[in-house]
Amino acid sequence: MENRLFKWLTILLVLIAILLAVSALSLSLGPAGMHVARIARLIFGGPGSATEYAILFDIRLPRILLGLAIGGALALSGVVLQALFRNPLVEPYTLGISGGAALGVSIGTVLGLTGLVGVYSLPAFGFLGAACVIAFLSTGMNRSVLNLQGLLLAGVMISFISSSAVLLIMSISRVEDLHGILFWIIGSLGETDWLPVKVSLIAALLGLAIAYLFCFDLNALSLGEEDALHLGVNVERTKRALLLLASVLTGLSVSLVGAIGFVGLVVPHFVRMLVGTDHRILLVSSFISGGIFLIFCDAVAKNVAQPLELPVGVVTGLVGGVLFIYAMMRKAKGR
Amino acid sequence: MLDLRHVSCRYDDRLVLKDINVRVEDGGLVGVIGPNGSGKTTLIRAVTRAIELAEGEVLLKGRPLAALGFKELARQVAVVGRLYDLDVRMRVEDLVLLGRIPHRGRFRLMERRSDLDAAHEAMELTGILDLRSRFVDSLSSGERQLAFIARALAQEPQLLLLDEPTSHLDIGHQARVLDLIRRLNKVKGLTVLVVLHDLNLASQYCERLLLLSNGALFRDGTPEDVLTYRTIEEVYHTAVVVTKSPVSSRPGVFLIPDTARVKET
Repeated sequence: MENRLFKWLTILLVLIAILLAVSALSLSLGPAGMHVARIARLIFGGPGSATEYAILFDIRLPRILLGLAIGGALALSGVVLQALFRNPLVEPYTLGISGGAALGVSIGTVLGLTGLVGVYSLPAFGFLGAACVIAFLSTGMNRSVLNLQGLLLAGVMISFISSSAVLLIMSISRVEDLHGILFWIIGSLGETDWLPVKVSLIAALLGLAIAYLFCFDLNALSLGEEDALHLGVNVERTKRALLLLASVLTGLSVSLVGAIGFVGLVVPHFVRMLVGTDHRILLVSSFISGGIFLIFCDAVAKNVAQPLELPVGVVTGLVGGVLFIYAMMRKAKGR
Repeated sequence: MLDLRHVSCRYDDRLVLKDINVRVEDGGLVGVIGPNGSGKTTLIRAVTRAIELAEGEVLLKGRPLAALGFKELARQVAVVGRLYDLDVRMRVEDLVLLGRIPHRGRFRLMERRSDLDAAHEAMELTGILDLRSRFVDSLSSGERQLAFIARALAQEPQLLLLDEPTSHLDIGHQARVLDLIRRLNKVKGLTVLVVLHDLNLASQYCERLLLLSNGALFRDGTPEDVLTYRTIEEVYHTAVVVTKSPVSSRPGVFLIPDTARVKET
């Protein structure tokens, strides 16, 4: 057992090292290249040149921290939901929360309300949409109308309905609005304001801490609900708390950066292959790996076709999908 | 130890347990038998709070179940279900350690010495110590069932509930599992309530049998009292011959082919 603790700590250290390396790489890449040593000097030694300082602290660093927060939050939601539903295909967007957010943003855009609360209008509408879906699903659960499978089906249906509605809105909206909606849906980390970065980082870390309170319940639930009950888990309460946690993290993520796909599906799978199914190590490993994955994809999106910046949601889908198929085939071959 | 008073349960509108009154004494080894759908599994679920009671109450050592928290209940009652496939890839030792969940606090991430010792003892008792590092999905059905029994023992319960623990097992593994259960009962003083389909196994291993029929308690007594050809024919709607085991003198049941009839409703 001491071995296990040692193994887990090693995994954690390796992941943190990779996170730092990817972050440094992403910080140094950009239209104005910057050497890693120079970055270190700027961070620890204070501002040398005001431009470089601004590029680092106002443009690149917030983006990295946002990538860590959002990637971590989505991967964490993915792990939690996959354990709750005991279904490896479930991801944060399966419950229709991103669909609700997209619909909220579309309605806000087409009604011309995007200037209502300044730059936070789109996120506000996104969160409103997401909150409506969360409220609907939790009401269904509390009144015992929806069991877990019902919840899943309802979520998929909400996704369909909202994507149809979004398409309808897009088909009748003006070109400028269309562009805005489309870019929001694809998702981007190009947020240079510190407030949303701080909010998402605090929320994600808080979410991680709360998820840890339930790590044994999650381990027990991997055997099934009735077995978890036999192990003393208050199954109904745990399910509600964790669903709410995953939903709020997802809602917050999509409303801040758009529907960046694949992180919450692919990362938990990979991490489970690497560290096993014990949530004590799985939760934090997934969180960090989600951050690594998103920061990496964002760096690719920013730099691969300069001066053009690709939408990060496109890169996560491409990179994640290819990696996933590769890992699956390798695993099948290894059997 | 366990006291069911006027317990009734329903699934939707259908009453699946009707006014069950049963008292299981400390250290008892009680078998639950009955046809498919007679309410055996529901009886187990009523004792684990997996199903709400429509009427009546279940007392554990004199205290109503509802007054015990889920965790407290899991420290006293452990359950082994029917053999099933595990979705997650897990080592035997980790599966057994899951049995320690009721004994640990939310803020304690790593196992204590006492957790490891309890898991070790459970694996030793069930004879699976040498399988501890194997993945559960690589075990045979019999070994897997022993691993799940070890997980239940790691809970250090006083009452062990088993729901058809020997289904899908060959005769050798049936004997191994039930010998173990009887040994736990005799040596460790564990009170056992076990659902069995096989009337002969129930007869050989249990001191007392509860025969359920249509959700009601039809007979409650020793194997000799319960396993008569009349009773079995009445409840199972098939003719049987009941003899005595030459070894234990307990009843042995043989079915007679082509005598099963459709239940009159």
